[in-house]
Amino acid sequence: MHPARSVIFFTTASGAGYGMMVWLAVLATLGLLPTDLPFGLVAFGLAFALIVAGLLSSTFHLGHPERAWRALSQWRSSWLSREGVAAILAFVPLGLFALCWMSLDRQGDVALLFGIVGAAMSLLTIFTTSMIYASLRTIPAWRNGWTVAGYLVLGPMNGAVILALLFAVFGYDGVMVTMQAIALALLVLGVVVKALYWRHLRVSAPVSTAGTATGLGHLGKVELTASPHDSDNYLLREMGFRIARKHAQKLRRITILLGFVVPILTLGGAMLMAGGAMATILSLLAWLACQTGIATERWLFFAEAKHVVTLYYGEQAV
Amino acid sequence: MGLNPFETVREEVGLSPEVSDEVKTSTCYMCACRCGIKVHLKNGKIRYIEGNPEHPVNKGVLCAKGSAGIMHQYSPAKLTKPLLRVGERGSGEFKEIEWDEALELATEWLGEVRRKDPAKLAFFTGRDQSQSLTGWWATQFGTHNFAAHGGFCSVNMAAGGLYTLGGAFWEFGEPDWERTLYHVMFGVADDHDSNPIKLGLGNLKTRPGTKFVSVNPVRTGYSAIADEWIGIRPGTDGLFVFALIHELLRAEKIDWASLARYSNAPWLVIREPGAADDGMFLRAGDGQPLAWCLEQGAAIRANAVHIKPAFAGERVVGGRKVLPSFQLLAERYLADEFSPDAVAETTGVPAEVTRRIAAELAEVAFERELVIDEPWVDAWGRHHDSFIGRPVSFHAMRGISAHSNGFHTCRAIHILQALLGSVDCPGGWRYKAPFPKPAPPNVKPAWPKAEAGVPLSGPPLGFPRSPEDLLVDQHGEPLRIDKAYSWEHPLALHGLMHMVLHNAATQDPYGIDVLFMFMANMAWNSAMNIPDTLGYFTRKDERGEYVIPKIIYSDAFYSETVPYCDLILPDTTYLERWDCISMLDRPISSAHGAGDSIRQPVIPLDRDVRPFQTVLLDLGARLGLPGMTNADGSPKFPGGYADYIVNHERSPGIGPLSGWRGEQGEKSGVGAVNPDQLARYIENGCFWHEELPLTAQFMKHGNRRYLDHAVKMGWLGHADPIIHQLYNEELQKFRNAARGHGRVQPPAAHRERIETYFDPLPIWYQPFLEASEGGEEFPVHALSQRPMHMYHSWGSQNAWLRQITSVNKLHVHRDLAAKHELADDDWVWIENPRGRVKAQVKLVTGVNPNVVWTWNAIGKRKGAWGLDKESPEVTKGFLLNHIITEKLLPEKGGPAYSNSDPVTGQAAWYDLRVRLRKCTAEEAGETSPMFQPLAQRFGGQQGPMEYGTDLQGADSGGKAPMRGFIGQRAANHSWIDGIRDGRGNRAEDDA
Amino acid sequence: MTSLPETTAKKLGLVVDLDICVGCHACAVNCKEWNAAGKSAPLTDYDPYGKKPDGVWFNRIHTFETTDDAGQGQTVHFPRSCLHCEDAPCVTVCPTGASYKRTEDGIVLVNEDICIGCKLCSWACPYGAREYDEHAGVMKKCTLCVDKIYNTNLPEESRVPACVSTCPAGARSFGDLGDPQSEVSKLVAARGGYDLMPEQGTKPVNKYLPPRPKEHHKGQRGEDGKAPRMLAHADASTDGAGLIARWVDKILS
Ligand SMILES: Nc1nc2c(c(=O)[nH]1)N[C@H]1C(S)=C(S)[C@@H](COP(=O)(O)OP(=O)(O)OC[C@H]3O[C@@H](n4cnc5c(=O)[nH]c(N)nc54)[C@H](O)[C@@H]3O)O[C@H]1N2
Ligand SMILES: Nc1nc2c(c(=O)[nH]1)N[C@H]1C(S)=C(S)[C@@H](COP(=O)(O)OP(=O)(O)OC[C@H]3O[C@@H](n4cnc5c(=O)[nH]c(N)nc54)[C@H](O)[C@@H]3O)O[C@H]1N2
Ligand code: SF4
Ligand code: SF4
Ligand code: SF4
Ligand code: SF4
Ligand code: SF4
Ligand SMILES: [Mo]
Repeated sequence: MHPARSVIFFTTASGAGYGMMVWLAVLATLGLLPTDLPFGLVAFGLAFALIVAGLLSSTFHLGHPERAWRALSQWRSSWLSREGVAAILAFVPLGLFALCWMSLDRQGDVALLFGIVGAAMSLLTIFTTSMIYASLRTIPAWRNGWTVAGYLVLGPMNGAVILALLFAVFGYDGVMVTMQAIALALLVLGVVVKALYWRHLRVSAPVSTAGTATGLGHLGKVELTASPHDSDNYLLREMGFRIARKHAQKLRRITILLGFVVPILTLGGAMLMAGGAMATILSLLAWLACQTGIATERWLFFAEAKHVVTLYYGEQAV
Repeated sequence: MGLNPFETVREEVGLSPEVSDEVKTSTCYMCACRCGIKVHLKNGKIRYIEGNPEHPVNKGVLCAKGSAGIMHQYSPAKLTKPLLRVGERGSGEFKEIEWDEALELATEWLGEVRRKDPAKLAFFTGRDQSQSLTGWWATQFGTHNFAAHGGFCSVNMAAGGLYTLGGAFWEFGEPDWERTLYHVMFGVADDHDSNPIKLGLGNLKTRPGTKFVSVNPVRTGYSAIADEWIGIRPGTDGLFVFALIHELLRAEKIDWASLARYSNAPWLVIREPGAADDGMFLRAGDGQPLAWCLEQGAAIRANAVHIKPAFAGERVVGGRKVLPSFQLLAERYLADEFSPDAVAETTGVPAEVTRRIAAELAEVAFERELVIDEPWVDAWGRHHDSFIGRPVSFHAMRGISAHSNGFHTCRAIHILQALLGSVDCPGGWRYKAPFPKPAPPNVKPAWPKAEAGVPLSGPPLGFPRSPEDLLVDQHGEPLRIDKAYSWEHPLALHGLMHMVLHNAATQDPYGIDVLFMFMANMAWNSAMNIPDTLGYFTRKDERGEYVIPKIIYSDAFYSETVPYCDLILPDTTYLERWDCISMLDRPISSAHGAGDSIRQPVIPLDRDVRPFQTVLLDLGARLGLPGMTNADGSPKFPGGYADYIVNHERSPGIGPLSGWRGEQGEKSGVGAVNPDQLARYIENGCFWHEELPLTAQFMKHGNRRYLDHAVKMGWLGHADPIIHQLYNEELQKFRNAARGHGRVQPPAAHRERIETYFDPLPIWYQPFLEASEGGEEFPVHALSQRPMHMYHSWGSQNAWLRQITSVNKLHVHRDLAAKHELADDDWVWIENPRGRVKAQVKLVTGVNPNVVWTWNAIGKRKGAWGLDKESPEVTKGFLLNHIITEKLLPEKGGPAYSNSDPVTGQAAWYDLRVRLRKCTAEEAGETSPMFQPLAQRFGGQQGPMEYGTDLQGADSGGKAPMRGFIGQRAANHSWIDGIRDGRGNRAEDDA
Repeated sequence: MTSLPETTAKKLGLVVDLDICVGCHACAVNCKEWNAAGKSAPLTDYDPYGKKPDGVWFNRIHTFETTDDAGQGQTVHFPRSCLHCEDAPCVTVCPTGASYKRTEDGIVLVNEDICIGCKLCSWACPYGAREYDEHAGVMKKCTLCVDKIYNTNLPEESRVPACVSTCPAGARSFGDLGDPQSEVSKLVAARGGYDLMPEQGTKPVNKYLPPRPKEHHKGQRGEDGKAPRMLAHADASTDGAGLIARWVDKILS
């Protein structure tokens, strides 16, 4: 699949935003969330900014962004529609949560309730996003539980890394350590999920073949000898994206290294330091590495996914 | 639509949009197949072109090219105004001029030639459906230097058939698709009968108990759907056919009755080596051939009503040693050298396959006879209760034709049909009117006139029957610029268009003053050797003048040839003009009856161009040519070509169109001029088709009813039966001349060649180029094929068709590729002694492992056809033509012959042998040779094109019942008794 | 809602006979010209005379070669267009309702007026039948010529999908595949028509008819199990002299 920049940005950014929201709500419920306004403004602001920027960017790849609102209507059948609905619905509790938190009643039950509902809606939204991919039978690389797991883990993980950085910047050393611990746990979980996802790709048998695509499999090996068109067409640009194996291996290594290993080491280091400028710098490094790694991961998520339509264009099995 | 984001919006689909303001019928000319079309027009533009269901050629279907006619019409490369060259030839520098100036200039150039020596005009037309006009024009002008593209196209097919059966596969006959049970196709990729072949194969393959065999080195297109594909080695089909004949003879699976009656198999041949008439038929005093009647024990007229002819046995008649020609045939093909085993290595066809095919042919022909209970009378007056069909049929085209041994191979296939008795019978191969003609037809090529300004005494092209008919001077040297009808290529029925530029530029046999060409891309894909050909166009003499002083050319588009000509007369497209597909030419007849058709202008002209035929008549009138000028000097056809189509009479009562003749339109074939004729054609969908009564539909060569009808219609001069010439005496006459007999004899240099190749029975020899350079060094055959969706060079300017194919790859067998370490899309050099071409490869398995092939005419020259200079056609598309030669290297001391069939002059495109060499990394990326870009005069739209937006029709409401439809194969049964005409006859209506 | 209809009154679709498709592209081009000014007009051509000739087409013709273990091969031309699936995933994924399946005849269409161009349907379709118009920003696809098959402005014989009426080989048929008594259903039954990628669970309406066995499938023995009958030679002489001698006095006709 063609790794569209807007979609990569969308899924990573809004994932991180929702992830932050989840942890903000959790910390609030645990009574660990700092209550000062500047922090609230920055933390909630950043989370919203990521969510909104992500959602906006997702409309960039639409042919008709001005009609995007129509995408809400088919929530009964379409995961994309459900995502839209969930994202919009999530804004309500999340917005109220933020508002309450920053103005009225910081630790009151109402705010916490909004927080918990908001966190649930955030996870739900991430889930719907993942289901857009996981529901596509045409792309076996996506149609599996690991896709959902990946989205559900990586969003909150990303959010945790960002929050850990924020706490470091604002000098909330106590909660910072908690956040770092959560982030570390999620990073470890993340790397496991990703590794299992790749293992799944490696071991699962192809779903469709050139033989089933053409129905000619009983005649032996089926090979394309003439394409219907000599130039690339939409199908090939969108779904025929191919990444060399060697290249993919390299990028996987980058993903593991930057997305998980470096953040684990740097965050772990920061945690050991328990505060201070160095901890902040390490947290920043963790965040930067993680961001790059996750973007790479997302790029690979698309680039490595083979669509069955390629069976009509020379691919043997998908 | 509301603004409720949760609303599910329902689309109201207009089921009945208005399609067109007007529908006009016409005839397609996206290729030479001549299908009937219905053109839907909306807002003055073409909305949709569909096949005309009533039309006998295509029965409603339309191929990819025909459907893309819209984009042909809107091609950016359309010429817009007459052009006069101002820069050097090839530069593409022109100035636009007015028609008056253009016509005056042309008249001046042509008038001067005509006054001095009309033969110094060489008039050569290409993809032309108005040869009866252009040929007649040449006759009136007085030049014998006229020909059309047939010489480089498929004259081997035409000649092989016409000299054997008086008809040919090539446009003059077709398999009885609806009835044939076994069809063998040799070397066809698409062919002229494009849609009929597809309709036919679809029909054949969906009937039970049939088989379709394709003999072709390449397994694409038709070969892909064949029940059996025989991947023969190129140029060896003759041997394969001989082996089939060998098997049939040995098993005596021969239709003796048919041979006795309709062929010259029993005719007695004089076998007296050394005699002047050795190998000639023994004839009675009145010239009638004789045969030995076993019943009477005497030689009697072969044509007698009652005869029991001998097929073998040397006898002495009137003191001459004679034997039936069949014995000569049998002796030749029974010989061991033609057994399936003996030919297997050369052809690459395993002996058991050949034997099985022979057995299958025999079984279908003789054990699965078809009977049509329809009484008929033969040419001898005998009544028959029914037609007996031998339902095996054959078709062949350029895979046979485009080799230098093609004439004999083609004859061999026709002979095979005759031996099986499957000529013009139910289920066999059938003639299309006006064929059959006598084998060969009774027209001789016209001689040049000694006097300037008088017409020739006949058409420039004809059928020589003996050396006396050749156009050679007293030294035996050619009189025609292309050396057709000379000792080099005596039966060059269609001329040698591929030699004109070479010969004119080298002044061999002489120089010319004006070259006048129409509709042929001679500077590119129809040249056999592009690099040299471009040099012929631009060659200058020591005074710095072009050796070919003046070139007039009519094209409709900015092709590669336009920049090489001096005066361009821009033509219209086929949708803007009147045309006529005439019985005098290559009509749209089918086996069921005669037909012809017209084109009418379906959309108005929007440029300053004129229909070429009209321009030609105008020039004729300006030159004062007889037939085109009234006594007072005024033009005879002021209404242009449409005027001519209706009012011209070739002979009394016979004009370009056969339908609705007579003052009231009550006659067909022969009749007075009908001023209303075109209107009647238009009413009928722009065609005329007259089905023969069933009793006259078969065995036409010996069918009294048919023969009389043919005379009445003016197709035949007399109603004598047409006898199949298995043994060809005409060829023997040339051979005897080479042996030193007769008044006209070949010069010494040509004797051996004539003696060798003018064998009265088909022979096989290794194709010339292959023989001279096909050794170990150049071990691979290189072929081209027509893509079904492209027509030669025109397709690439078509916005739709070029999306399908814009580059042509060299298709290489996986085994051969492995030897050269080639993978898909690698670049290779295709090399031969003349040069090399660079191409990208595509690996396949469906090809003879010693053959590589590519699509024909996809490569384009930079600057032409309104295409961007970086178009894939330019940067990656290539032509094999760059390394095909038009000249063979002379044998020691001998003449340098054209790379053509020695009998007919057919260009031997497919004799090409090459070797492959993988390109280095630096060499990859772009094709080679890359010629100097042409000045780009026309350019297509940049950026997206949204054709059709403004042609969407408003919904007029309503919903017609939906209909099921079972393919076209239903339509195909239309001609069979008892099944109603059927396009859609299997359609069911919505209850 | 774009959930799929439970049932449709008809299941209109195409049947493509791979045994006789010669790969001529006629159906593809005729489809293009009909639809260029049809319901989905235009079918944009992005670079008509330039470097990358490409555009929107609803029907495309591939060519495949097969090779069995014995090294025997076959070439098959393979037209590909929308199969108007019963369980069309392209419809259910569509967030806007622009993609839908008609209840009356089962035709799957796109309402281009509300399509947002998210392309998800093209991801969901296994068959590459969805053609995104990159210039118009909306999804387009085979309409089964819905504006032709019922069109009261056309004569009866033209009321067939463009690709079907134009196919010179007769390799394409059209009808109600939901009605077992229809001509197309009978054809499918008689010839063993099959689904493409049944494992994708789309339940395509369109069917493909398989290429029939070739000569090389018969092996040494014919289809009926009999070895091919060879011609018996009438005479053993290998140069034909014996045969010719036999014919000298024989009345053969
Ligand atoms: N390598 C290789 N070369 C081949 C062949 C092959 O098999 N292999 N085949 C050969 C054969 S059989 C043939 S017939 C030739 C064909 O070769 P050509 O006869 O050259 O055919 P086209 O390329 O169609 O060129 C015809 C010219 O007619 C112009 N034209 C099109 N429509 C009109 C019109 O309405 N009016 C006028 N005045 N002009 C028009 C076109 O623009 C073009 O310039 O190619 C030969 N060349
Ligand atoms: N679509 C389309 N149709 C056309 C044309 C076109 O350009 N496009 N051109 C028209 C013209 S001008 C012509 S002349 C006709 C030509 O019609 P075809 O004869 O169909 O054209 P070619 O492409 O020359 O096909 C030659 C076939 O013969 C095979 N072949 C080559 N050598 C041999 C051999 O030695 N033995 C055998 N058995 N096969 C061999 C090749 O593989 C190829 O399949 O088509 C006409 N119809
Ligand atoms: S075969 Fe195609 S291009 Fe040729 S005349 Fe017929 S429809 Fe036109
Ligand atoms: S028109 Fe018919 S024969 Fe040609 S490609 Fe389409 S389905 Fe095949
Ligand atoms: S073929 Fe593709 S586009 Fe057509 S209905 Fe099926 S899934 Fe949808
Ligand atoms: S591209 Fe259009 S039709 Fe396809 S899923 Fe998106 S909105 Fe629906
Ligand atoms: S049914 Fe109509 S839209 Fe669909 S492929 Fe055929 S011609 Fe094209
Ligand atoms: Mo030709």
